[in-house]
Amino acid sequence: MTAPVPVSLLVNGDPVEAIVLPRLNLADFLRDNLKLTGTHVGCEHGVCGACTVRVNGEIVRSCLILAVQAQGSSVETIEGLSDSGEIADLQAAFRERNALQCGYCTPGMLITAQDLLKHTSAPDRGAIRDHLSGNYCRCTGYQAIVDAVEATARARAERST
Amino acid sequence: MTVTRAAVDPLSVLDRPNSYIGKTVPRPNLDRLLQGRGQYVSDLELPRMAHVVFLRSPYAHAKIVAINADIAKRMPGVISVVTGRELEAVITPWVGVLSHLKGLKSAPQYAIAIDRVCWQGEAVAAIVATNRAAAEDAMEKVAVDYEELEAVTDMRTALDPSTPVIHPSLGDNLAFERIHSAGDVDHAFSESDAVVEADFVFGRHTGVTLEPRAVVADWNAAEARLTIYQGTQAPHMVQNIAALHLGLKDAQVRVVCNDVGGSFGIKVHIYADEMATYALSKLLRRPVKFVADRIESFNTDIHARDHRCKGRVGVRQDGTITAFEIDDLTGIGPYSMYPRTSAIEANQVVNLVGGPYITQNYRARARVVFQNKNVMCQYRAVGHPIACSVTEGLVDLAAAKIGMDPVEIRRRNLIADNAYPCASPSGMKFEQLSHHASLAKLLQMMRYDALRTEQAALRKRNIHRGIGIASFIEVTNPSAAFYGVGGAKISSQDGVAVRMDAQGSVICQTSITEQGQGSESLTAQIVGSVLGVSMERVRVILGDTDNTPYGGGTWASRGAGIGGEAALQAAKILRSNIVDVAAAILQSNPAALDIVDNHVVNTSDGVPRIELNELARIVYFRPDTLPPGIQPELMATRHFVPRQYPFAFTNGVQASWLEVDTDTGFVKLLKHWVVEDCGTIINPQLVDEQIRGGVVQGLGAALFEKCIYDERGQLINANMADYLVPMSGEMPDIEVAHVVSPTLESELGAKGAGEAGTAGAAAAVANAVNDALRPFGATITEIPLTPQVILTALGRI
Repeated sequence: MTAPVPVSLLVNGDPVEAIVLPRLNLADFLRDNLKLTGTHVGCEHGVCGACTVRVNGEIVRSCLILAVQAQGSSVETIEGLSDSGEIADLQAAFRERNALQCGYCTPGMLITAQDLLKHTSAPDRGAIRDHLSGNYCRCTGYQAIVDAVEATARARAERST
Repeated sequence: MTVTRAAVDPLSVLDRPNSYIGKTVPRPNLDRLLQGRGQYVSDLELPRMAHVVFLRSPYAHAKIVAINADIAKRMPGVISVVTGRELEAVITPWVGVLSHLKGLKSAPQYAIAIDRVCWQGEAVAAIVATNRAAAEDAMEKVAVDYEELEAVTDMRTALDPSTPVIHPSLGDNLAFERIHSAGDVDHAFSESDAVVEADFVFGRHTGVTLEPRAVVADWNAAEARLTIYQGTQAPHMVQNIAALHLGLKDAQVRVVCNDVGGSFGIKVHIYADEMATYALSKLLRRPVKFVADRIESFNTDIHARDHRCKGRVGVRQDGTITAFEIDDLTGIGPYSMYPRTSAIEANQVVNLVGGPYITQNYRARARVVFQNKNVMCQYRAVGHPIACSVTEGLVDLAAAKIGMDPVEIRRRNLIADNAYPCASPSGMKFEQLSHHASLAKLLQMMRYDALRTEQAALRKRNIHRGIGIASFIEVTNPSAAFYGVGGAKISSQDGVAVRMDAQGSVICQTSITEQGQGSESLTAQIVGSVLGVSMERVRVILGDTDNTPYGGGTWASRGAGIGGEAALQAAKILRSNIVDVAAAILQSNPAALDIVDNHVVNTSDGVPRIELNELARIVYFRPDTLPPGIQPELMATRHFVPRQYPFAFTNGVQASWLEVDTDTGFVKLLKHWVVEDCGTIINPQLVDEQIRGGVVQGLGAALFEKCIYDERGQLINANMADYLVPMSGEMPDIEVAHVVSPTLESELGAKGAGEAGTAGAAAAVANAVNDALRPFGATITEIPLTPQVILTALGRI
């Protein structure tokens, strides 16, 4: 087994120093080492989207990158996005629309939806469905999620005009 | 919404001022989940907690000749490597049978296999270490010597004399058989103008809960108590089973169920690896955590369906359906699952076929056979999609045969809305269904006639769209007739305790559980409404056997109908107790007082007399100021179970509008409609979303989902990349509407809605595909409707 190596990175704005095994993936690092359990693990092979986080502003599957690969980067999880208030309106729209049931896919779904809304100001339903099509939800049937994202996009567009 | 019955009592608690019942209010627990601050079992850590991984058989059927764990035991972090033989000292085996399913048999199943493995994925050893990675490293060093045995995989030949018997002590591979006959079927067929037959094939699929099964078992030797943290739908059932097999009293076992990442029936069972985890904690005297990885989930979470059903229907030229007949075969893996048994689904298929229709001529045979594949058992809408697909497929085939519109044949045969109470040909008792009102509403929603016109116009342009309709009945609110009568200690009643705290807030402890359906919300809505307390002041506690009344939990669409009624009755008692105290304090008469908006008010003019926090202050801190003889009880408990009807049957109808690409075989879903009757609706949004979620699971079965085994019993698509489930890009918008026929068995009148979506979606899609393919003379009675299946039916491949 390869020896542990030191990593330093920013997680939700806070500097983090750790010594990790090279094989440790970022999802397990966040969950087990940092106790940031909001990042959920569904499939461990990059398909379900539950472990989605932001690394240097881009969404990634944290089960598909290693903690050592995050060296020097800025990682943002659902805890960070919640505490900063960045997605408060999106979360409120999810709550109003009951766009979650068990809530296990929700952190990944919110981060993915926020990524779309950052890049596209007025996505139509087809574009929303496309962008979310890498995130499993077994409970809702997706429609409520699409509704919530659509409503948030509309509200943000109104606020910015 | 169409209401089929007027409110029974105009002064019912449902009609109280400011009632939350029937209103969309957000679920109180959502912020936690939205911020990633839920607590799922996979998040849980305890001091001294060890992690277990299971070494699983690569063979579907093999003898275990030897296990050598010497190297593994010496590896860093490893606490123990435990075999089935060693674990047997701590936990007894079980046999998954129920006495009311006559003749059902199964073999003893062990927490970890001892001499023989019976499916690919059955555990042969447990490796316990201080962390999961260490356990997985060590697992690779455990050497198992197997002698491969012939695997029984094809259910069609499982009963052949030349096929090996999986459990020789049982004599054959037949787990269960049920034969049912009602009316005069032969005569009815002989009087038909046409008889249509088809073989229906249903793929084996599985739940794919996004959070895999997870359990932390914590045996505290000093207290002689086991605490089990588990994402389960039935905590009291887990408590009873764990105690039974570990030689403990129920009171020595506590089951705690916080957030659950998806359930759908997958988490209503108790799995061998979970039993092993409880036992390992007791054996090793420390907390042990098991979290299935995704491959384990595919190989060991129960699978569902896997039926081949031969169906026959007779019809007269005027559209009258004369008889139904089915011969169903289903494979359940090597064991009947414990404790709910794997024969329930086939039994349910027999119960439900033909259910929406008038004809009383019905003959059925269902056979359930063993195989060397993963266990199969109850998953959302048990038996419903099979029964609905067979029934509705046959009805459409009959309509096509006599040249009648699919809607018209249903109009002529669905049980009339004023014919209730009545019974189905399988003896199911219906209190009040609303097939015709539902169908009428559906046709209006989907603009049926306009859609047919559009379809005809598009056909001319070589665009092949289809309309599929499926009526269904749905089993909800199960009484003891489901499990209790068969000897299983699975409670059919639920209880709710309601109390007012010293600041006038309300705490409810309920035995139903929450997996995202909204159990917390509906309980708070009902209790808030009955008490006259705002929802923000109501807190719901659930999922803890130490801190909730005894009850069944959440499965088979029973949360609202059974748990909701218990909440209503408990709140009524508490309300009456509060009003009694208020009358004493205010020197008034209880009849002159009511509670509205957190205040005791005059019934006559609504004037507030005392805030509940002030009343609570007096009761708890100044009881000395109350008149002598007054002992206020600001807590009440009530239980409820339906007695008159074994199940509250509900009904609904779905329609699918889709396009088939006849060159590629791809199906594009365009729109889906549902009309459902679940009686009193407590929270319209939650009901609609239950239905939509259920529809999408049914659409998955219709188009994508299938556990594919090879002839040696190897599951070859046991990962999320190869096992397809519906994603947002493929799903249509789903329109939902309601007809409301409250059950008179409860004051609340609520029936379940959790199975409805899954029950009818696949049938609607299959009928729509066949409708689209009618110009080609192709008929498909197999799901999933993959491009390969469609192109084969079209003769293109």
